[in-house]
Amino acid sequence: MSADLYQQALLDLAKAAHGAGALPSPDGSALRDSPLCGDRVRMQVTLADGRVSALAHDVKGCLLCQAAASLLGLYGAGLNPEEVQALRGQVAAALAGAEPPPGWPELSLFEPVRPHRNRHGCVLLPFDALIAAIGESRRG
Amino acid sequence: MSFHPADWRRHFPLLANHPQLHYLDNAATGQLCETAFDAVTLHELTHRANVLRGTYRLAEQADAAYENARRQAAAYLNAANADEVVFTSGTTASINLLAHAFGDGLRPGDEVVLSLAEHHSNFVPWQMLRERRGVTLRFLPLTEDGRIELSCLEEFITPRCRLVSVTHASNVTGAVTGLAPIVAAARAVGARVLVDGAQMVQHGPVDVAALGADFYAFSGHKVFAPNGIGVLWGRAEALAALPPFLGGGGMIGRVTAEETTYAAPPRRFEAGTPPIAQAVGLGAALDWLRAQPWASIHAHTARLAQRLLEELAVLPGLTFLGPRELRDRLPIVAFNLAGIHPHDACQLLDRHGVAVRGGHHCAQPLMDAFGVPGAVRASLAAYNTDEDVDALLAGLKDALGKLR
Repeated sequence: MSADLYQQALLDLAKAAHGAGALPSPDGSALRDSPLCGDRVRMQVTLADGRVSALAHDVKGCLLCQAAASLLGLYGAGLNPEEVQALRGQVAAALAGAEPPPGWPELSLFEPVRPHRNRHGCVLLPFDALIAAIGESRRG
Repeated sequence: MSFHPADWRRHFPLLANHPQLHYLDNAATGQLCETAFDAVTLHELTHRANVLRGTYRLAEQADAAYENARRQAAAYLNAANADEVVFTSGTTASINLLAHAFGDGLRPGDEVVLSLAEHHSNFVPWQMLRERRGVTLRFLPLTEDGRIELSCLEEFITPRCRLVSVTHASNVTGAVTGLAPIVAAARAVGARVLVDGAQMVQHGPVDVAALGADFYAFSGHKVFAPNGIGVLWGRAEALAALPPFLGGGGMIGRVTAEETTYAAPPRRFEAGTPPIAQAVGLGAALDWLRAQPWASIHAHTARLAQRLLEELAVLPGLTFLGPRELRDRLPIVAFNLAGIHPHDACQLLDRHGVAVRGGHHCAQPLMDAFGVPGAVRASLAAYNTDEDVDALLAGLKDALGKLR
C-alpha cells in the first residue's frame, strides 16, 4: 500500500530541495531521463582531490525523485566516485529489500517504496544522473 | 437491447470480483470480458491444436476456430473480406509490420506523414524506417487543444508523400481525428493511409469501408480480449502489393533450397504459429461487442466524461490536456494539478481504489507540444459508473490536501 509513501519527513526532504539549482562552473553535467514516466534530472558536479566538492540538481520529477535528489544535495559532497557508485547499488538493494546502508538514515524514508517496483527508478534517477555527471567530469 | 453499466461490470470477472476497484485505465488496457475468457478456455480445453497444418479432426477444428475469429474481426471492422484481416500480436506489431513490408519499398526523398499526437508505437517504427531507408518524416501540427490540425494538409501531404499514418483517436486527449480530409489529401497524391485504431475500437465497431483508409491497426487487449493478439486490416489490393515481413512456417507457397514463394495475404504476414486461442478470444469479444447498444453506451460514457470535465475544472490549479468539449472525443480525460506530479497523484489515488495512469502515456512528442512532462489520465469504458467518478474526485481532493 502507498499509505506511508508520502510521510511528512519525505515531503519535507523533497520540499527542502537541498542542492537544487546550478553550479557556476561544473566539471561535469549530465541529464538523465526516466523512460517509464518521463522524469528528468540534470545533475552538475565539481570534483576536488578525487571527491565531489559540490553538486547541484534540477529535477523535473515526482516527490520521490525530488527527495532522493535532495538527499544527495545533503550528503553527496565529499564522496568519491567509487563511493557514489557503491551507494547507488546499496540504494537499489535497499529498494529490493536489503538493509539500507549505514550513515544515511534518511534512506529509510524510501522503505515504503519497496513494493512499488515501478517507482524504484524515481528514487534511483538522481543517483544515476550523479554517476553520469561524475563520468563526464572525468572525461574532462 | 438495454444497457446498464452494472450488467456490463458483472460481465467482467475481475471487476465483479473486486467491487471496490475503480478501474479508470481503459485506454491502457480494457478488462477481460467473460465472453472472451470463456471462448479461450473452451478452445484450449476442446480444440487446441496447431493451425493450417493438421489433417486430423482436432486440427481442423482449430483451423475453423481461427478462421472464424478472422471473420469476426472482419465483421467488427466492416471489412469486405475476412482475408483482409491479418492477425498480429497487437497494434505495435501491426505498425511495425507495415513499416517493414511497406516502408522498405521506399527510397530517400519519399515522405511519411505522421502527427504530433501519435503514440510512440506510431512514431518509433517510422523513425527506425528513416534510419534504414532515408525517408523523410513530416509531422502534422496540432491545434491548441491537441487536435490534429487539418487546415494545412496540402502543405504536408505532397506528391512526395507515400504514406500517412495517424491515430484514429489520441490515447491522451481522446480527440478523434477528422480522417476524411486526411484520406482525401492522401488520395489526391496517391499515398496510402494507415490508421492507428488502438483507442477507437473499444468504443464500438469501426467501418473501415467508410473511413476509406488502406490499413487499420488495433489490439485485442483494448477490446476486452486477451493480450498478445491484434489486427492489421488492409484493403485487399494494398495487402497483395506488399512483400512479407517475417519469414517462417505458414507464410510460404513453396520452399526449395534456392528460393521461396509466398502465400497470399493474410497468411503471407502470419509467419509461425499464430496466437490461436487469443485470436479465438478476440473474435468472441468482438462479436459480443458488436451486439451491444452503442448509442446508449456512448450516452452513458459521454455523461460521465462531461461530469469529469466539469467537476475537475473547479479543482484549484487543474489544467486539461486536450479538448474541453465532448464533440469528436472519446471519454478520455488527461489533466495536471499544479505542483503535484502525476505519479504522486496516481499513487495516492490508488489508496482510494482508483486505478488511473500518470506519466507521458507513450506520447512524449504530444507532451512536448503541451509543454508538460506528463499528465494524469482517466479513461472510461462502458462498465464505469458515477461511483468511479466520485472516487476519482475524492482521491484528487485528498491528494491536493496531502501534497500541496
